[in-house]
Amino acid sequence: MRFVDEYRDPAKARALARQIASLCEPGRTYKLMEVCGGHTHTIYKHGLEAYLPEAVSLVHGPGCPVCVIPMGRVDDAIAIASQPGVTMATFGDLMRVPGRRGSFLDAKAKGADIRMVYSPLDALRLARELPDRQVVFMAIGFETTAPSTAVTVLRAQAEGVRNFSVFCNHVTIIPPLRAILSSAEVALDGFIGPGHVSAVIGCRPYEVIAREHQKPVVVTGFEPLDVLQAVYMLMRQLSERRAAVENQYSRVVSWEGNPAALQVIDQTMELRPSFEWRGLGDIPYSALKLRSRYAAFDAEERFEVPGARVADPRACQCGQVLRGLIQPWQCRVFAKACTPERPIGTCMVSSEGACAAYYNFGRRHRQAQKAGQR
Amino acid sequence: MTSGQAAPAARPTARLEGERVTLAHGSGGKATQALVQAVFVEAFHNPRLDPLEDGAVLEVPETATNGRPRLAYTTDSFVVSPLFFPGGCIGDLAVNGTVNDLAACGAQPLALSASFIIEEGLALADLRRIAQAMAKAARAAGTEVATGDTKVVQRGKADGCFITTSGVGAVHPGARLSIANARPGDRVIVSGPVGDHGATVMLARGELGISAQVASDTAPLNGLVAALLDEAAAGTHALRDPTRGGLATVLNEVAAASGVGVVLDEAAIPVRTAVRGACELLGIDPLYVACEGRMVAVVAPDLADRALAAMRAHPLGAEATVVGEVTAEPAGMVLEKTAFGGTRVVDMLSGDPLPRIC
Repeated sequence: MRFVDEYRDPAKARALARQIASLCEPGRTYKLMEVCGGHTHTIYKHGLEAYLPEAVSLVHGPGCPVCVIPMGRVDDAIAIASQPGVTMATFGDLMRVPGRRGSFLDAKAKGADIRMVYSPLDALRLARELPDRQVVFMAIGFETTAPSTAVTVLRAQAEGVRNFSVFCNHVTIIPPLRAILSSAEVALDGFIGPGHVSAVIGCRPYEVIAREHQKPVVVTGFEPLDVLQAVYMLMRQLSERRAAVENQYSRVVSWEGNPAALQVIDQTMELRPSFEWRGLGDIPYSALKLRSRYAAFDAEERFEVPGARVADPRACQCGQVLRGLIQPWQCRVFAKACTPERPIGTCMVSSEGACAAYYNFGRRHRQAQKAGQR
Repeated sequence: MTSGQAAPAARPTARLEGERVTLAHGSGGKATQALVQAVFVEAFHNPRLDPLEDGAVLEVPETATNGRPRLAYTTDSFVVSPLFFPGGCIGDLAVNGTVNDLAACGAQPLALSASFIIEEGLALADLRRIAQAMAKAARAAGTEVATGDTKVVQRGKADGCFITTSGVGAVHPGARLSIANARPGDRVIVSGPVGDHGATVMLARGELGISAQVASDTAPLNGLVAALLDEAAAGTHALRDPTRGGLATVLNEVAAASGVGVVLDEAAIPVRTAVRGACELLGIDPLYVACEGRMVAVVAPDLADRALAAMRAHPLGAEATVVGEVTAEPAGMVLEKTAFGGTRVVDMLSGDPLPRIC
């Protein structure tokens, strides 16, 4: 298939693997964080680690939107959805995310009207089709999906749709990366930077990471050769003692990003002073809310929202996984109490979550390693 | 009614009025009779159904070996949305689904039952199309709908039409099939490209704004299975039709039941380009997407070539191919050698990415 197979050529992968291996300095190990859940998925789906030398390990970052939503926000969303006359529209990924007393799926079984949509515009259409109900769109995601939420709010306003609002959980990508770098616990050597987010924000915002934290960042596409090439580019920077932002995904991402998308975000949303992240705690100026002039479309203004704060389940180590402190299989409940069927932590829910990706695709690798250690 | 008795004088049959199914059609009275006669008897027409007894009496054919065939018996419900999609509709799906479940037991169908739960308001023209598709599919499988039932429920209590079919079949005398029978060294054969049906229904819903040249593969596989078993029954250890959950799920069931591993070769698994493209766009793995006209066969290595040749000689198995091998380790797991050169685990799916595809 064109535009896919070119990026999955094993011969090119072997060549890149040799180049990566040649850049490894003897006795040194390298820890690279793939920020985005899409990369985690690619790495496991294609068995990409088979091409990496033992000295290079990939750790999974906080770039899966489902994984970083705290339990309290799930409870708040369920509280809104359970009010009479409310129809909640959400992406399918979120249906199984556990709150304190169950997930959207559980709430739906108890009678809440919760529907899966593929885009916020579908939620707006639902509002037009159900004029007697309040339709609330559960907005989540990084700067990748924030523009489509913004456009939907603008369209709802232009069309005078009064029964539509947004429960805004949009987050931004740079603050959690800085938070991870600032916690001294983890020694990262560089970042495989997210591709889709960067299509919106561009490469420039990562300069702060290269400059202030002296860590190389390579903005990267989602095909397996993209990821391998990014590893090579990071290793080259490390071998040359450089820390710069480079763009591997130039077929999609420009240095300055997408000005139209950034403009609609800025027009409709502003930074919250603080927002709780699953496993990372409160991070200042890391999330977006609707500006006050769009308050009519803000579910947090329209509905009674408990504003629940819920501690993560004690057994769950999603926070350490998201910070790259442990690998998914090192979590004490991984594949035992916590599985994709009955997730305890968010990382086990979405197919882009590090634990779910590892559970689905990667367990063999780990088992082989264990067998080797015996 | 038994043969030999004179047929009773023809009862005046109420005419089927209107364009839509109403609750009256489910009342059990004249309107029900009119609906059954004008739609179902009209389409299925056969000596066992036509008298509209409470059940059908079947003659079980003798077998060459011992005169007492083993019977296979199965049932399946169909709730697909939309009712009509490229390549088929809920009608042929309902017949082929049950015929293929019998085929996976190594059986040829003797008779089917069909039970309809119809939502008030369904267009009679649609119901006729569905019934006629069922009749055609049954003929293609060499069987018939011998008995059935009809219920009508209020608007909003069902989505157009739900169908449950059951089937009885006579098992091939040489068949010794079980998903627990796979042995290390066995070859895994799939009868054609995977994922056509699921991808078609997903796109036919029109919610995704993607269109592609794909059609459901719904087809009766009893003929293909007969050809396979006539040639290689002794080496055919397991058969399974990869419907919901797709190839990945079926092979996980085999691995778990047989206590073996299965190693797939991604490059060998046939997937149509349009299906692969749609799955790429949607982030869905074609290994988990349903087929409705494919059979997975686990065959001993010494008979694998003959099994493959027999399948390829049948029109519904022309694209049959070996996609993997059964291994001793890791027991209970399915692995895939990726085309990219890595290895991954192919687990059972949790949660349904595509609800109501059959």
